[in-house]
Amino acid sequence: MLVPCTRFIACGLTVAWAAAAPLFAVAAQGDTHEHTLANGMQVIVMEDHRAPTVASIVWYRSGSMDEISGRTGVAHVLEHMMFKGTARHPADTFSKTIAAAGGRDNAFTNRDYTGYFQQLEKSKLPLALSLEADRMQNLTLSADEFAKEIRVVMEERRMRTDDQPRALLYEQMMAVAYTGSSYKWPIVGWMNDLENMTVDDARDWYRTWYTPNNATLVVVGDVLPDEVFAMAEQHFGPIPARSLPQRKPQLEPPQRGMKRLTVKGPGELPYLLMGWHAPVIRDVENDWEPYALAVLVGVLDGSDAARLDRILVREKRIAINSGASFATVSRGPGMWFLDGTPAPGKTVAELESALRTEIERIARDGVEADELQRVKSQVIASQVFQRDSIFFQARQIGVLHIAGIPYTSPEVQVRRLREVTSEQVQAVVRRYLVDDNLTVAVLEPQALLQSAPAASELSQ
Amino acid sequence: MTASWMHRAIRVVALVGALSATVAHATLPIEEWHLPNGARVLFVENRALPMVDVSVDFPAGYGREPAGRSGVASMTLSMLRLGAGGLAESDIAARLADTGGQMSTRFDADRGGYQLRTLSSLPERDVTVDLLARVIERPAFPADVLDREKSRLLAGIREADTKPESIAERAFAKALYGNHPYGRRSSGELDTVATLGVDDLRRFYATHYRSDYAVVAIIGDLSRAEADAMAHQLTDDLPRAEAPLPPLPPVPPLAVAQERHVAHPASQSHILVGQPGMQRRDPDYFALFVGNYMLGGGGFSSRLVDEVRQKRGLAYSSYSYFVTYERQGPFQMSLQTKKNQAGEALAVVRETLRRYVEEGPSQQELDAAKQNLIGGFPLRIDSNRKIHDYLGIIGFYDLPLDYLDRFVDNVQAVTLEQVREAFHRRIQLDRMVTVVVGPEPEPLTQ
Repeated sequence: MLVPCTRFIACGLTVAWAAAAPLFAVAAQGDTHEHTLANGMQVIVMEDHRAPTVASIVWYRSGSMDEISGRTGVAHVLEHMMFKGTARHPADTFSKTIAAAGGRDNAFTNRDYTGYFQQLEKSKLPLALSLEADRMQNLTLSADEFAKEIRVVMEERRMRTDDQPRALLYEQMMAVAYTGSSYKWPIVGWMNDLENMTVDDARDWYRTWYTPNNATLVVVGDVLPDEVFAMAEQHFGPIPARSLPQRKPQLEPPQRGMKRLTVKGPGELPYLLMGWHAPVIRDVENDWEPYALAVLVGVLDGSDAARLDRILVREKRIAINSGASFATVSRGPGMWFLDGTPAPGKTVAELESALRTEIERIARDGVEADELQRVKSQVIASQVFQRDSIFFQARQIGVLHIAGIPYTSPEVQVRRLREVTSEQVQAVVRRYLVDDNLTVAVLEPQALLQSAPAASELSQ
Repeated sequence: MTASWMHRAIRVVALVGALSATVAHATLPIEEWHLPNGARVLFVENRALPMVDVSVDFPAGYGREPAGRSGVASMTLSMLRLGAGGLAESDIAARLADTGGQMSTRFDADRGGYQLRTLSSLPERDVTVDLLARVIERPAFPADVLDREKSRLLAGIREADTKPESIAERAFAKALYGNHPYGRRSSGELDTVATLGVDDLRRFYATHYRSDYAVVAIIGDLSRAEADAMAHQLTDDLPRAEAPLPPLPPVPPLAVAQERHVAHPASQSHILVGQPGMQRRDPDYFALFVGNYMLGGGGFSSRLVDEVRQKRGLAYSSYSYFVTYERQGPFQMSLQTKKNQAGEALAVVRETLRRYVEEGPSQQELDAAKQNLIGGFPLRIDSNRKIHDYLGIIGFYDLPLDYLDRFVDNVQAVTLEQVREAFHRRIQLDRMVTVVVGPEPEPLTQ
């Protein structure tokens, strides 16, 4: 399975929209239509006429990776503040207005982007667009509302990270594995940065990034593209563009040797997380390594029949569970993960050794033809299954678009995945899954009675 | 038939103003029949995508476990796919993976069952349905696999016992239900799981997985005749029970208020407040459902979020819900807040509930709730997955086949007085369960 941290933080309510991540990020297959407004805002529409509903997401191409040291978490804090009102729609009325229209709304912040969504009966789409256009330019950002909301965000951090030992381990692992990339800090921000954040930090962020030329509207559902383009023109068209700051590449320097870290936290079971720097898709047609790395995840962890479950959990009984994961698409650098929990009586070292054995086996022997075929069958089936959810499709389109990947080329990506050979899988294992490129993180569980209060340093 | 029925069915209600006097009726074309073996089938044909969702549920949840065998229901269910019909677990997993199909369990206090999502094309559909049929009708329960699964589960239970949210849920369920089976942990306890043997699983399976207890729900790209054949294939080899299972014992009302504090070194206190709530077939269902939207089910439109988060910044998440089962599931209010705010947050939760129960909602709140629940009805049935979930519930709890068609009317009909009266009658403010798991014991009473 995936590492125990979602890559985004769903905010507002605790909506359970952590949609099961598909094995591969491949765009949906419906007809998509694109239009760019004069101010630079992009609009992408996909028709899905199965039901009279619509999913609408406004994406901003700015997330925690665009923050600077000392102001970590501000992208996410601003996301919370976006629900705190404008002159026309004062504090807290945004969600109530959507709710009165029968809709559901929320938002999410990731390293690469921030997104705001509504799910509605289709005739209510203009309402959602007018509200989004209003808060794109007229957010109040009052000091009083900020003072309350920053406390909510700190509670969110306590709930999702500070009291979750595996989330703490993941956070520490990122901080150790990355040196130059801003992927090294958590999306939610360091607690000390949150404690010292001011409403002016949020205002700066809003002024810098919330402009139509940094935004993309994605609408999927029972709509006609021209009608959505006209609505977008009406609501977003009058908003003037502002120049965006220069984005620094912040390329991660090469790692020169294995890194290891340990995190202690209350619990019973130890946990192992291993990550190797790995390339993500930049050129859909010509890259091949990210596809091979994705197929490798499928061979190891794509189903109950995949190697980790079959060999480590069922046959050798070294692990209670074990998984592999890799996001093929992101603005920043990629990381290929293995994780696992040792079975009772087994140590983390034994589990690490067993995982290494599986990696070495593939480096030596490659993978079987029927394993490749199985992974490809799953890609094809998941392409169909994904289309059952219009919201999922809207999210997939946005994720690809933000990363600069053509969302209109699903057939290319599926073809590239299907072309992956055993030799290519072998080659990426030999090239990237090497110790000099590896960070190993271990959670050492502490019996409850001996744990120091985890939050003593956080109390005021 | 195409997907256009989905369109018609929900367009009608969608276009009706949320509070307008007349609400048109629409028909979601659910077909329902019984097989000669007694199994109940619910089916919706939808050709829009080349896929099928099918589930088979039994009255085999943890509420059906014999005393002292806590965990047997969950373990029986998860073991079904780990060796069946002459296939080892690896064979089942490999054949399923080769089709790209997805098989998962559905398990709670009442129900135990499997769901399958498969391509409708052949041979994929034949392979996946054959696998599901073997899993349901011919499980092998290999002893060696059971030993391994017990070991994994016991480790998981030990880990859960260190997590504040798990500790809180467990203490809450015990306080609400005492010895009633709904008070058990769904996974089982350390001592009971440790003693489970293959015979226990076989006995539980033989008692509860009977053809005339089965509810088969199917939606997707197939005809009624194909759905009928599929339902036969999934249940014909199960024996009939002939007699219904004995009714679950009634949930006794709480005699007194209970407060429990469990020390934990987390940075936040986890606070749960509640009592036994309502049944799935409850005369007060819609009054409590709509009423709970205003109390703590409607997110930023609810009083709990407004009082706890918006006004005071005390928590990221605060909500209330009713879980509905054959008997009364829990009514629960919940939040997490940093340790030195726990007393204040609990006081806010209690006062919010007290005022709501004593005074009821305002007409403005009720209007807003109906606007959301009625205007948002199309979102409840806009995918195969969502409709399939409803088919399973309608079939298992014997709800009317036009339950979804009447949903809007039923919400519309709820009055202010009904909400106030139902909460006043059903929620006993002087007999609430309060559980706090957190860093330091605080005085819980104000």
